[in-house]
Amino acid sequence: MDTIIESSSVGLIKPGVIEPIKVEVQNTISRDDRTTVGEAFVDDPRMTLRNVNVFYGAEQAIMDVSLDIGKRQVVAMIGPSGCGKSTFLRCINRMNDTIDGCRVTGDIKLDGEDIYHPDLDVVSLRSRIGMVFQKPNPFPKSIYDNVAYGPRIHGIATNKTDMDEIVVTSLTKAGLWNEVKDRLDQPGTGLSGGQQQRLCIARAIAVNPEIVLMDEPCSALDPIATAKIEELIDELREQYTIAIVTHSMQQAARVSQRTAYFHLGDLIEIGDTDQIFTNPRHPLTEDYITGRFG
Amino acid sequence: MSPTTLILTLAALSLFGFWLGRQRSIVVARGKLKDLHSLPVYYGYYTALWCGIPAFLIWCLWLALETVIIPDLVVAALPSKLRDVSPDHLTLIVNDIKNLVTGNIVSSNVDPAIQVAADHYQHLLNISHMALAVVVLTLAIAGAVLAWKSIKLTRRARNAVEGTVKVFLVASSTIAIFTTVGIVLSVLFESMRFFDSVPITNFIFGLDWSPQMAIREDQVGSSGAFGAVPLFAGTLLISFIAMLVAVPVGLMSAIYLSEYAGPKLRAMAKPILEILAGIPTVVYGFFAALTVAPFIRNSGGLLGLDVSSESALAAGLVMGIMIIPFVSSLSDDVINAVPQSMRDGSYGLGATKSETIRLVIIPAALPGIVGGVLLAISRAIGETMIVVMAAGLSANLTANPLQAVTTVTVQIVTLLVGDQEFDSPKTLAAFALGLMLFITTLVLNVIALHVVRKYREQYE
Repeated sequence: MDTIIESSSVGLIKPGVIEPIKVEVQNTISRDDRTTVGEAFVDDPRMTLRNVNVFYGAEQAIMDVSLDIGKRQVVAMIGPSGCGKSTFLRCINRMNDTIDGCRVTGDIKLDGEDIYHPDLDVVSLRSRIGMVFQKPNPFPKSIYDNVAYGPRIHGIATNKTDMDEIVVTSLTKAGLWNEVKDRLDQPGTGLSGGQQQRLCIARAIAVNPEIVLMDEPCSALDPIATAKIEELIDELREQYTIAIVTHSMQQAARVSQRTAYFHLGDLIEIGDTDQIFTNPRHPLTEDYITGRFG
Repeated sequence: MSPTTLILTLAALSLFGFWLGRQRSIVVARGKLKDLHSLPVYYGYYTALWCGIPAFLIWCLWLALETVIIPDLVVAALPSKLRDVSPDHLTLIVNDIKNLVTGNIVSSNVDPAIQVAADHYQHLLNISHMALAVVVLTLAIAGAVLAWKSIKLTRRARNAVEGTVKVFLVASSTIAIFTTVGIVLSVLFESMRFFDSVPITNFIFGLDWSPQMAIREDQVGSSGAFGAVPLFAGTLLISFIAMLVAVPVGLMSAIYLSEYAGPKLRAMAKPILEILAGIPTVVYGFFAALTVAPFIRNSGGLLGLDVSSESALAAGLVMGIMIIPFVSSLSDDVINAVPQSMRDGSYGLGATKSETIRLVIIPAALPGIVGGVLLAISRAIGETMIVVMAAGLSANLTANPLQAVTTVTVQIVTLLVGDQEFDSPKTLAAFALGLMLFITTLVLNVIALHVVRKYREQYE
């Protein structure tokens, strides 16, 4: 389709095949335009990602995405399935390294330091950028050992008292302490789904990361457990920078300050969450959040 | 008609019955197969089963009883001078008669009375087979005709056929179970006969093994000793050495293959490793006896150690190599069964690959690995050929792997090889040893299965 890209001051002339947009938005951008709109960059960012491309073999999963992640805020990444948002998230702590045939290009910096630099130790990077996964994945160990796992491998605690303190603090921050304080020696796999996910969050924050990545952390949970996790994310924002991938637009609206909309590997629009959900600038974003696509 | 020809005829009849039944159902349906309760093939099977099975059962029963009844009849017809002898002698005579009938060599010159008896036997056999043919064929035809006549639209042939199939399946599994039970019971009873002549405490706790029994009271060296401890000690020593080789090597190769190796290498290396399990144990045996044992003796000699030419070490090492694929293959499977999310979780916390393997994957897979190792141990304990060839026969009670030891399986072999009377304690001891071995491996297998099952519950 050879649509003409219009300048913003002139009304959009559409070809007859596309039905006119009914919502009253001053959309002046074509659906075929994949240039990012909105405020991708912030002042004083924690992480800067520039021109990130990800390839699986010959296939390109992420196309030239640039954005910043600011300090002490939650960035939500939304988009239809297969749009590359999880892949993008996994670039941030180099989890894509574990996938055969996955190649990342571009410039990703954490506090000005290139995280793909050959001299950088991926182990220490991942201790600075924690991750919570889609499905709760506690280790088949006791609740205590699950939380203590990270501090142990990084040698954070020197003695038992320190370790106890880390475990208690992490579980408390994750809002799980009151539920598990009497059974720390029982297996983490015996908890309910929501508790397991909060245990995984506790495990991630036990190593005192600067950034926490969450890959659809509530998609396997019921609404009540989801509400608890969302509450927790809101509290964690005071201490950590959080990037969250989610399928639920309500969730993105509830927990995040900035939202990025991905579409087939392109970052289509990014901006303040309020603005994105009330006044999207790109027609694809609007299609998605009004439920016409996705 | 000989029983073999008869059974072939019966099979042909059943096949014909199948065709008849199928045709009949099509005729009954008048071309509207939808009206039939079952598909035409089921009516075919139904007729064939009615034709074949009752007749076949009678055939089996008849042949089983024939071998009992005919000799009795022949014996009853023997002249009294031949009949009034000891039961053992009578058995001999009956054997002669049977040999005459089948045309084998007989034990002495043929007595005319026995020749007469043999003719009588042959005559009875002919009558029996003729009668069998008549009965079986009548039954087969009658069954087929009855089934054929009963075919109508509402006849539930499918249900009947599937019911029969189920009976076959039950019968097959019963055969396996009863065979096991039968073997266990026979070993148990023979062992009890052994324990009549040798006290069970002497057997289990005795430290000497020298399996012989006096034939005469005053014989030199008449005292035998049946203490099984040296044998079990030898078995455990060799199995221990084998596990010392197999567990680390197998486990590490499993870790390498499942975590580090690329898909291409893995696809190639795993089958090659599993070939080790396909090498006949006798080949391992001569490899152990001719290559490894002399090598160990020579290297021991260089170090100034006294190594016997048949050593527990040689047998254990080779057995360990044989068992590697058990351990590695089972461990590889359980390591692969650990979900990828566990690895991701660990990597996401900044763990290295070896930390992840050591602290997350192995503990998660441990129950399965333990199960695999226990299965390997029971394999090692029961292994015979390698130890027969490489470990020696002398029942030393020693923990020194450089000396010759012997194992339970080796002794069972030596006790039963050659011409033996089957009622002396010497041969009966083999059954007692077999029983002990069976109990040991059974316990290990039960533990292994239990552990493996517990592991399964965790991820499913």
